[in-house]
Amino acid sequence: MNRQIRRVAVFVLVLFLLMFSAPLYWQVIASDRLANDSRNARKLFKEYSLERGKMVLADGQPVAVSVATPDRLKFQRRYPSGQRYGMVTGFYSLVFGSSLAENTFNTYLVGKAPEQFAQNLVDLFTARSSPGGTLVLTLDPIAQETAERQLGGRKGAVVALEPKTGAVLAMTTFPRYDPNPLSGHDSAQIRRTWNQLLKDPRQPLLNRATDALYPPGSTFKVVTASAALENGVSPAEQLPSPPVYDVPQTQADIRNFGGSSCSGTGTLTLPDALKISCNTTFAALGNRLGPGKLSAEAEKFGLNERSPYQLRSATSSIPTRMDAPSTAQSAIGQRDVRVTPLQMATVAATIANGGTRMAPRVVDRVISDEGKTVKTFGSESLGQVIPNNVAEQVKQMMTGVVQDGTGQSARIPGVAVSGKTGTAQNAAGADPHAWFIGFAQQGERSIAVAVVVENGGDLGSEATGGKVAAPIAKAVIERYLGAGQ
Amino acid sequence: MQSRRNLELTLLILALILSVAGYVIVGLVADNRVPAGSLGYGATLAVLFGGAHLVLRFKAPQADPVLLPGAALLNGLGLVMVRRLDYAAAASGRQAQAPSQALWTALGLLVFAAVIWLVSSYRSLDRYRYTWLLLGLFLLVLPVLPGIGREINGARLWVFLGPFSGQPAEAAKIALVVFLGAYLAERKELLATATYRAGPFLLPEIKYFLPLVMAWGVSLFVLLGEKDLGSSLLFFGVFVILLYVATGRFSYVAAGLGMFMLGALFAWSQFAHVQVRVNTWLDPWKYYNKAGFQLAQGLFSLATGGILGEGWNQGNPSEIPFASTDFIFDAFGEELGLMGVTALLLVYMLMVFRGLRIALAANDDFGKLLTIGLIASFALQVFVIVGGVTRLIPLTGITLPFVSYGGSSLVANYALIALLCRISHESAPAPARAPEPEPVAAGGIGEVTVAR
Repeated sequence: MNRQIRRVAVFVLVLFLLMFSAPLYWQVIASDRLANDSRNARKLFKEYSLERGKMVLADGQPVAVSVATPDRLKFQRRYPSGQRYGMVTGFYSLVFGSSLAENTFNTYLVGKAPEQFAQNLVDLFTARSSPGGTLVLTLDPIAQETAERQLGGRKGAVVALEPKTGAVLAMTTFPRYDPNPLSGHDSAQIRRTWNQLLKDPRQPLLNRATDALYPPGSTFKVVTASAALENGVSPAEQLPSPPVYDVPQTQADIRNFGGSSCSGTGTLTLPDALKISCNTTFAALGNRLGPGKLSAEAEKFGLNERSPYQLRSATSSIPTRMDAPSTAQSAIGQRDVRVTPLQMATVAATIANGGTRMAPRVVDRVISDEGKTVKTFGSESLGQVIPNNVAEQVKQMMTGVVQDGTGQSARIPGVAVSGKTGTAQNAAGADPHAWFIGFAQQGERSIAVAVVVENGGDLGSEATGGKVAAPIAKAVIERYLGAGQ
Repeated sequence: MQSRRNLELTLLILALILSVAGYVIVGLVADNRVPAGSLGYGATLAVLFGGAHLVLRFKAPQADPVLLPGAALLNGLGLVMVRRLDYAAAASGRQAQAPSQALWTALGLLVFAAVIWLVSSYRSLDRYRYTWLLLGLFLLVLPVLPGIGREINGARLWVFLGPFSGQPAEAAKIALVVFLGAYLAERKELLATATYRAGPFLLPEIKYFLPLVMAWGVSLFVLLGEKDLGSSLLFFGVFVILLYVATGRFSYVAAGLGMFMLGALFAWSQFAHVQVRVNTWLDPWKYYNKAGFQLAQGLFSLATGGILGEGWNQGNPSEIPFASTDFIFDAFGEELGLMGVTALLLVYMLMVFRGLRIALAANDDFGKLLTIGLIASFALQVFVIVGGVTRLIPLTGITLPFVSYGGSSLVANYALIALLCRISHESAPAPARAPEPEPVAAGGIGEVTVAR
């Protein structure tokens, strides 16, 4: 009988081997697939069961918080200021995942970053569950509010940077969306809202400050001027300024707006050309420099490279090889030059900062629930990209633009504002985009701003950028500097 | 041989530590503090299992030292999981199950002690074999009787008598195994003698096929009358194994398998609920919104747990309907991971192979057959439910021994291991005991020293 018992033992062994192998399959081989299956709510329960870290401004004002709810997903994300900070915070959605800071800094917000290990260890032994890390943003509430109000429902974007540090002081875009309905617990409502936003022809989901690529128009002349100065053009040199620049190899000539002549003598200096935004002078300068030097200068400011911004941002670009007509048009910010407002703010900030380019950053640091600093994202210098004396010369020229040039609407009494207007032609028949980039300093406070208003006016002249965009920048600069008094 | 009992005590303490640790962690996770009942829980378990241990020390000192600690660990962890699922269930208004499971644990250990104490020798069971048969059949029929039987969740397994309720099939299983052990120990020669040839098979006379046919009939009755697929499979499997061990003839296994196939095919073709079970087994995702939901959720639990698990009370096993009974294995898979369920399976395997050793070492055929019957029913039950909730085989609702919530099962399984302890005590080659009169069966390896 024992022989049979041993055979039964073998049979039982087979049963156990089968039993050992089944969980091995489900928990190892099929684990990832099933754990992330959309019908498996466990992952969501886990994610929503912990109190996600807040996002606050430097003064402590919360812009993203987690509030406890009675339903099974224990916490819900709320954005107390509605639409105002959505272009930085992003949303946190059950259905569509997360975006922007919610996405990029997720590991800190859920408290799983290596820097938070010590805290987690303490929690483990005290059986406590600390909320995730709090992100402290660099945004300045006054600058942000002013930018939003001044843009006032016109399509476009405003970006303000602190030149010394690269800190983003303001970033607004219009149209935009409220992240709250996307971050609720009702997936049907989330889908409805999402589909409405997708269907909206004005593209409210597009963050124009970082993701929209525009021709920079005349604001790009700052880059061309900088290239000229670096390549041996002196500010006193008389440059040709014909009413029409006869572009080599083509019939398409470049004119000034309205076909006017820039000067009675037919020549003017670089500061004067910038002051009145003389197209023919800069177009000619472009070809004198050549495409290599022009694009190299633009690249020093950050074009043609992945944006160093902490959050998602499109890459601004300029072709490195161009024929003469393209070079001429690129030198005045048309043709194939494409920039984000964030990139143009960086151009202004770099000049303001004496030629040292700082990486734009909007998350300053992560602090724990008890206020201890967990991680600091210090200001990051990308190097002295423009010689200091060149930056100083460009700065003086830009100050002239605001004092008695096209940018006079940005004048602030008692403050030396530097700037450059732009009126960028885009599609045939469409009104041009109105641009302004500028900066100013008062005491310890300094700010660089880029403003774009899409199809910002039908003035059809260089005046558009000055009339439409410059006042917005002026208000932001004035309010920000004024708050420091 | 007190060292066996000392080993048992050591293992019991380990089981107790693991159980209390689980209990404390579940409370810590839920309320951020050591639950108030921790000491009471630990003390109760200590008293209950300490008591059972003392009974063994005095009444069956040579008993196997692994079975009781194995049961204690499974039962202790099972209680923690039931308690843990109560936390989640409190929100949905389901009644707490842990208190009643604790009560049943106490009752189970009383039955354990009573069996050790009262059954002076397992051989005495042999004398009342037809009583066991009648008792077994009576218990089996109870749920079908109008008035006291009731159908719950599609199976007619329950008996309600006043305030008491239970699944008598659990006890019937043991009674019928005792009868079969006794019957087959006596008739094995007759059954093993081939008398005529049918095709390639040598078959005994038709009348000796009777027990097999009877077993088949009982299984079919359970299947048809009580719609209980799992128990039916279990009964039949145990009968076939016993018949094989008694006679050594594969023809019984082959015939048994054939009859099983026939029965299964019949059930599949005739009953919608059997078809549903098979379909959801083949593709639970296709039936996700209805019949496949439970199995799919069970698999989600396992997958989410991964290798290390989410930790006690940190997963969401309550997403699975009936997590505390049929699907408790998957609940363990989510919270304790592959490590945890593999450990559970190792405990079962250890207990089953201790049981097989006891069978090998038993001094008489009745002892061997009784042990094999009991341990086979235990092992098959584990396989039917673990296989069911891991999609190895079609799912049939049955308890995971010692772990699932369910009183009848708990008590019956304590009686089961008490009998195994009894048999192992009487089979041990103790110097103090008189040598057994019966010779070892031919083909055996003589005296087997049970290793510790």
